Amino acid sequence: MVKRKAVVNIRECVACGCCMKVCPRSAIDIPKGIYAQINRELCVGCGKCVKECPASVIKLEVTE
Amino acid sequence: MKQKKKWYDYLWIVSLTYLILGFFNILFAWLGLLCFFIPLIISITKGTKAYCNRYCGRGQLFSLIGGRFGLSRRKDVPGWMKSGYFRYGFLIFFFIMFFQMLWNTYLVFAGARDLRMAVTLLWTFKLPWHWAYHGTLFSDGAAQFAFGFYSVMLTSTVLGLITMVLFKPRSWCVYCPMGTMTQLICKAKHGTSHSDLGEGL
Repeated sequence: MVKRKAVVNIRECVACGCCMKVCPRSAIDIPKGIYAQINRELCVGCGKCVKECPASVIKLEVTE
Repeated sequence: MKQKKKWYDYLWIVSLTYLILGFFNILFAWLGLLCFFIPLIISITKGTKAYCNRYCGRGQLFSLIGGRFGLSRRKDVPGWMKSGYFRYGFLIFFFIMFFQMLWNTYLVFAGARDLRMAVTLLWTFKLPWHWAYHGTLFSDGAAQFAFGFYSVMLTSTVLGLITMVLFKPRSWCVYCPMGTMTQLICKAKHGTSHSDLGEGL
């Protein structure tokens, strides 16, 4: 099975926190108020944050 | 698995109440200053956007109306809207309009101009709003500021609602001047330049 993880384009991230609110695994954090960070250990690639992100800067990427 | 709701997940009620109160007594508009000072204080002292991330009632309101009630096309915002040029440009424009509003307030305080009982929507349309004014204990300037500040709040709500319908529910967050400003403060505080961010792409 292909594993997917959410990846944030930190350059375009506005750090609004919508992804953080919607993440069912609490895998997202915005520690410095600049961009969202995804904990890859916790991310299950559900894609909720991808849909929620108002700036559409999160993508799901296939990982090994 | 859903995240448990916290007390701050209900702050949209406060935002909605604020907007409604402005229809009854314009002086309540002064309370809106909280939405300016709290995010600034958090970003300056803590270096985070906890206000946007947790407490912003307006964002919650948009995600409720656009998300839960489905009043949103849920399309991606256009590229230019999330560009630095637009975000910083909008911030500057907002600032200029804000200072113009402060100047008008000053003129009323100084007695150089009479109180105008109107709410200006989208910096252009003057809506009669005299029915929400029942006099003030203070100077007329205090009321003028309330009308001006409520104009800012109503304008940004209307803009946010338009982009909520057209794009994603919380599209307003992409170009919200407070969000841009607090992010800028966080960048300055953590010493991150834009070129640093380019490396981590």
